[in-house]
Amino acid sequence: MSTDPVIEAKNLSVRYPLGKGFLGPRATLAAVDNISLNIEKGSFFGLVGESGSGKTTLGRALLKAAPISEGEVFFRDEDVSHDLRTIKGLELKDYRKRAQLIFQDPYAALSPRMTVRDIIAEPLEVMGLTRTRAETDARVREIAAKCRLNLEHLRRFPHAFSGGQRQRISIARALVSGPKFIVADESVAALDVSIQADVLNLLKTIQRDMGISFLFISHDLSVVAHTCDHVAVMYLGNLVETAPTRSLFTRPRHPYTSALLSAIPSLDPDDTREAEKLTGEIPSPANPPKGCKFHTRCRFARDACTAERPQLREMAPGHMVACHFAEEFDFSANGALQSA
Amino acid sequence: MSLISVKDLTIRFATDEGLITAVDDVSFDIAPGEILGLVGESGSGKSVTAKALMRLNGGNTRYDESSQITLGVPGEAPVDVLSLKRERDMEPIRGGAVSMIFQEPMASFAPAITVGQQMVEQLLIHTDMTKAQARKHAIDMLDRVGIPDPARRFEQYAFEFSGGMRQRAMIAMALSTSPKLLIADEPTTALDVTIQAQVIDLMKDLVREFGMGILFITHDLGVIAQTADRVAVMYLGKLVETGTVRQVIRTPGHPYTRGLIDALPKLSDLDAPLTPVPGDIPSPLNRPAGCVFHTRCSMARPGLCDVSVPLAEGLPGGQSVACHFALDIRQKEGAA
Repeated sequence: MSTDPVIEAKNLSVRYPLGKGFLGPRATLAAVDNISLNIEKGSFFGLVGESGSGKTTLGRALLKAAPISEGEVFFRDEDVSHDLRTIKGLELKDYRKRAQLIFQDPYAALSPRMTVRDIIAEPLEVMGLTRTRAETDARVREIAAKCRLNLEHLRRFPHAFSGGQRQRISIARALVSGPKFIVADESVAALDVSIQADVLNLLKTIQRDMGISFLFISHDLSVVAHTCDHVAVMYLGNLVETAPTRSLFTRPRHPYTSALLSAIPSLDPDDTREAEKLTGEIPSPANPPKGCKFHTRCRFARDACTAERPQLREMAPGHMVACHFAEEFDFSANGALQSA
Repeated sequence: MSLISVKDLTIRFATDEGLITAVDDVSFDIAPGEILGLVGESGSGKSVTAKALMRLNGGNTRYDESSQITLGVPGEAPVDVLSLKRERDMEPIRGGAVSMIFQEPMASFAPAITVGQQMVEQLLIHTDMTKAQARKHAIDMLDRVGIPDPARRFEQYAFEFSGGMRQRAMIAMALSTSPKLLIADEPTTALDVTIQAQVIDLMKDLVREFGMGILFITHDLGVIAQTADRVAVMYLGKLVETGTVRQVIRTPGHPYTRGLIDALPKLSDLDAPLTPVPGDIPSPLNRPAGCVFHTRCSMARPGLCDVSVPLAEGLPGGQSVACHFALDIRQKEGAA
């Protein structure tokens, strides 16, 4: 794997205006707040956090589908480089071809009035990537086969398919334009466990065989642990920890990551350890806490945490943590403190 | 005596495309103070089974003659739930002896009435409390489930609550009439893990305190492992396996249960491959003949599994498995 990032974000912020701002400066809500990250070529990059943490907004900003208020985002392929802050016109069209999105709900994402063939072919037609119908058909069949869709089914409508099959259709549609970067936003969250593994395995095969980089957004840490190479943990618009998967799961260093891990119900009925429970809920991003945004729920919070916002620091190779006191903690994989 | 006893429950829906079998010959019991986990994928008939206990399924529902649901509240005469004819007769059950918590709390609160009004309304129906007593009790319950500033929250509408708080409020509402049986249909599925952990703890505390029985429906085996005493696994309307939570999770007897556990990503072993259960769940419109799982089962034997319906087989220890090979599997494991 080369080490060139396919996506490079520097100090990226996405802000939305709140209310009218009739008097004084307009209040804003920072859904994504000063985030820097690199997604390496060919990697499977996981993004986790609670609802309201800004995962989806970050994913959309990287696709130029949410406004980039501050900072820079670059996309680099072999032959082109796009500056997403200023991109428009033909360049934006080119980027749309190279970057795609797979949604969460395979029932809502597919038009009930289009056949599977037309659903998969639509991006080709809209982007003018094929010239003849025969060429389009050939491309659709090639991609459908890659996604293990029965070619006989291409003439059917989506209602005839189960959730897992529909999600494979969504994946085929995302792949048909030959993208290099795909954002998969909770793409297995709506699927049953027995089917979920199948879709995850398909995404991994695509990543390996076609050299596509993924941003995999999920709230399910066990799924992320099994699929991603690198994981970033988001809280209220900030990245609090980012690390190679194994490093993050065997030795989380941020109290929030550790609490998230310990909240996952164990499959062992006798594993009755009292998880270190997070009290309360994620605060409103319209009025985030000062200093470290997590301090209102952190059991280790001290004065410094309310005063100053911690920046990401490298604690181990590739393992970055935004916590003033990260050196003091030793969380086991389960988030239980091994020693005080 | 069981709090609720379900025997040979078969539920069909009359549709334009004919009778659809949603639940097929299901039997289980729940004792007071016991949590029964009902696990299964979408379309397996979990919710239909649960709703039958309160007779909440739609007008096109057909219960087979053999079906029996008996509610046995200690100290009261047993109620034959399926024989109740009039809506009025069902009132003491719905929200009284039996309460239900749903997956999507927003859909369970009327949007134009305050949370408090809704809690008081049902207390006035099901208890002898006066309005003032009901109000006090409702606020106490909100406090009990950990909602800060309950008196203020009592006056608010459901949309003013966050997701986790709404789920707590629904639990408070469901428990305020002190039901004997609580049906929780995917109560934590829409919540973040951190909030899910809080809600699970809350429910376990409340069982201990109120001694009620719970039917806990979920597709998440991890949640089941941490809450249930016993587990029933459903697939396409059939109960394929029942047993204590340790039996079912540690030594699953049915190939489907085993498949579900293998398909689950586990944090204890990051390198373990994820093994999907092959194929898709068949449509209830064409349920497979014989064993309903045979179309996806690696052990299926032609001429047996696609023809004859396996009966629930009791294994040593009380686990019950509906598979033609249940005893073979167990013996092989014993030898290995």
